[in-house]
Amino acid sequence: MIRVVLPSHLRVLASVAGEVTLEVPGCVTQKSVLDALEARFPMLRGTMRDHVTQRRRPMVRLFACGQDWSHAQPDEPLPAEVASGREPLLIVGAIAGG
Amino acid sequence: MSQVRLLVGTRKGAFILTADGKRRNWKVEGPHFGGWEIYHLKGSPADPQRIFASQTSSWFGQIIQRSDDGGRTWSTPGGEKMPDPYDPPGGVSNRFVYDTSAESGAPLTTHQWYDGTQHPWEFKRVWHLEPSLTDPDTLYAGVEDAALFRSTDGGRSWHELAGLRGHGSGPRWQPGAGGMCLHTILLDPHNPRRMFTAISAAGAFRTDDGGKTWKPINRGLKSQYIPDPEAEVGHCVHRIAMHPSRPNVLFMQKHWDVMRSDDGGDTWREVSGNLPSDFGFPIEVHAHEPETVYVVPIKSDSEHYPPDGKLRVYRSRSGGNDWEPLTAGLPQRDCYVNVLRDAMCVDSLEPGGVYFGTTGGQVYASADGGDSWVAVARDLPAVLSVEAQTLP
Repeated sequence: MIRVVLPSHLRVLASVAGEVTLEVPGCVTQKSVLDALEARFPMLRGTMRDHVTQRRRPMVRLFACGQDWSHAQPDEPLPAEVASGREPLLIVGAIAGG
Repeated sequence: MSQVRLLVGTRKGAFILTADGKRRNWKVEGPHFGGWEIYHLKGSPADPQRIFASQTSSWFGQIIQRSDDGGRTWSTPGGEKMPDPYDPPGGVSNRFVYDTSAESGAPLTTHQWYDGTQHPWEFKRVWHLEPSLTDPDTLYAGVEDAALFRSTDGGRSWHELAGLRGHGSGPRWQPGAGGMCLHTILLDPHNPRRMFTAISAAGAFRTDDGGKTWKPINRGLKSQYIPDPEAEVGHCVHRIAMHPSRPNVLFMQKHWDVMRSDDGGDTWREVSGNLPSDFGFPIEVHAHEPETVYVVPIKSDSEHYPPDGKLRVYRSRSGGNDWEPLTAGLPQRDCYVNVLRDAMCVDSLEPGGVYFGTTGGQVYASADGGDSWVAVARDLPAVLSVEAQTLP
């Protein structure tokens, strides 16, 4: 099972508390995790990546194992610790503004 | 006893204010969707317990919310959580995709940018939701970058009425300071095929065939800030209002100038008259008096606050030109708030009520047509929109 931590606004939108656990078939990548997340919680579609282009929204960031994965390719495998469920994938609203 | 419900959208959530028909004691509920910008909420005239909300965020994009119980509970239409094991999702209630198909006759993908070059159309947010007058499942959305969308399934899915962007003048539209937004949608209660929209900074448009084809209706507007002050498009219209009994009579608050049309927008004439400033954002018509109109003058296009620090609603009982200041209960010194275009509304009780919200977080109510005002909420986040529902 993959563990995902959502930002608070998306937890409210999806009506979940704490971490989300997901079955992700095949290789564990940004794309496959987000696909599984959106399949489970349809109301999150369009909030993390654009409906049409599937590009990550500019102020949504992805962290795992202490590293910023936001600019990795969507199909690049995430760390083995995420794939095994030892570490969560953190989806974060960027600190922005003033 | 009758009841009034105010739907208040703010920079940091939605609030619902309710009072009985006397409109003296108000109950404030909220925030709903705390932390999100709520550009607009509006109830369905066909089913007042059904309310739609535009919830947006620079981080997480656009969400459409719907309540079927008068605002107590909300959900994203079509976005219900999937049971285990779950199927592929169907939630597309926040999917606003421009129609660029050749079949639509509108393969239009660029508009004018600030520097005069062409720029791709990019969806940013929903500014205004306008539910159908007769069908609780049908509603319209005015969006930025400017376009009109329609849902016929209660907000689950959206499809562009592409004839508006595609009618020909689209490449000459350009953003105003607040973005290129379609902010006004008026439905003609006497003719379901007629609809009016307004866009900053493009102007006003009308369809007479249910949204398939559109034409600019800006003749008579004069905007000194554009190269051709009387151009067919390019005018920064801030809002349009109509009285349901006379859909051919339209009142407009433009970037500068208050305007009136008596022929469904074919021609306009200025009715600013004795206003202290004819710059402003909202304009509204009394529920029972079609010639009684309200505006809130703002000092100038760069000074978005009332002249002289005095918050004054101006009322004309003659359809424009002759305006009187309404000040009782409103701050008459050191007041520098703004009132945004969707932040004024009326109820349909007798006597007619008038309401508006400010960027300072106040919501003012008048139960006597504007003669006197009371702040029914004082410390909300900046108010973006106020809509009134008159309930039995």
